[in-house]
Amino acid sequence: MFWPELGRYGRVWSPWREMERLQQDVNRLLAREGAPYAATFPAVNIWASDQDVIVEAEIPGIDPADLDITVAENILRLTGSRKPEELKPGEVSHRRERASGEFTRSFRLPYAVDSGKVEATYEKGVLTVRLPRAEADKPRKIAIKSQR
Amino acid sequence: MADKEMQKREASSPVETERTKSVKVFIPRVDICETQDAIVLLADMPGVDDKSVDITLEKNVLTLSGKVTPVAREGYRAAYAEYEAGDYERAFTLSDEIDRDRIEASVKDGVLKLTLPKAEPVKLRKISVKAS
Repeated sequence: MFWPELGRYGRVWSPWREMERLQQDVNRLLAREGAPYAATFPAVNIWASDQDVIVEAEIPGIDPADLDITVAENILRLTGSRKPEELKPGEVSHRRERASGEFTRSFRLPYAVDSGKVEATYEKGVLTVRLPRAEADKPRKIAIKSQR
Repeated sequence: MADKEMQKREASSPVETERTKSVKVFIPRVDICETQDAIVLLADMPGVDDKSVDITLEKNVLTLSGKVTPVAREGYRAAYAEYEAGDYERAFTLSDEIDRDRIEASVKDGVLKLTLPKAEPVKLRKISVKAS
């Protein structure tokens, strides 16, 4: 709370983050050259407030039925698969840059969530999962009784 | 080192242009496959729908562009970030054998599908030489 909020995402500056950014930039440069790059799929952003957590993932072109979201306390797991485009006889593939296959990703959320109230939407190829904070985990203000 | 600087740098085709708006632009990843009568292009553009995608064909350059409106998360802090939202842009040079009038495009779940039908083979035309 007392740290100056720097950067686009309002994160505290850290050399490790800078290195991660550098790695991402290098990956992007490689992608620009057309080389297949083994970045994590799907890419995920996590937003947090005191009340809930929002997890966003870019997973274009999947059937929502092929996606499994499981929550246990503060661990969120995304499992799914993206089917590769099947080539029919007589068809020739010129470029194949889109990732396909199975994926599993697990995340430790900042706090325990109420798994019964998790909502997930899939729109325009972006998955958004809203996870409300568990009641028991919410910060509580403790009133101090004074005896005079 | 000196050698490299002396060499001519090849221009990318089409020549790279710069944007006036300061928005990140990403290159969508594509699959291209050729069938008997068409070339099918699939591009991953998460966050784009049929209204925010723009496909232009100028001379023989096909440009795909998609606009993404980033969702403002007010009252939230980024706990973890792996990607940034931004526009998409990519251009391809088409060969002459594409039938430009029958190009079809659709967007579903953030994937753009373009069908570029091959043109009918140009009929041979015989030119008779008139005797003067």
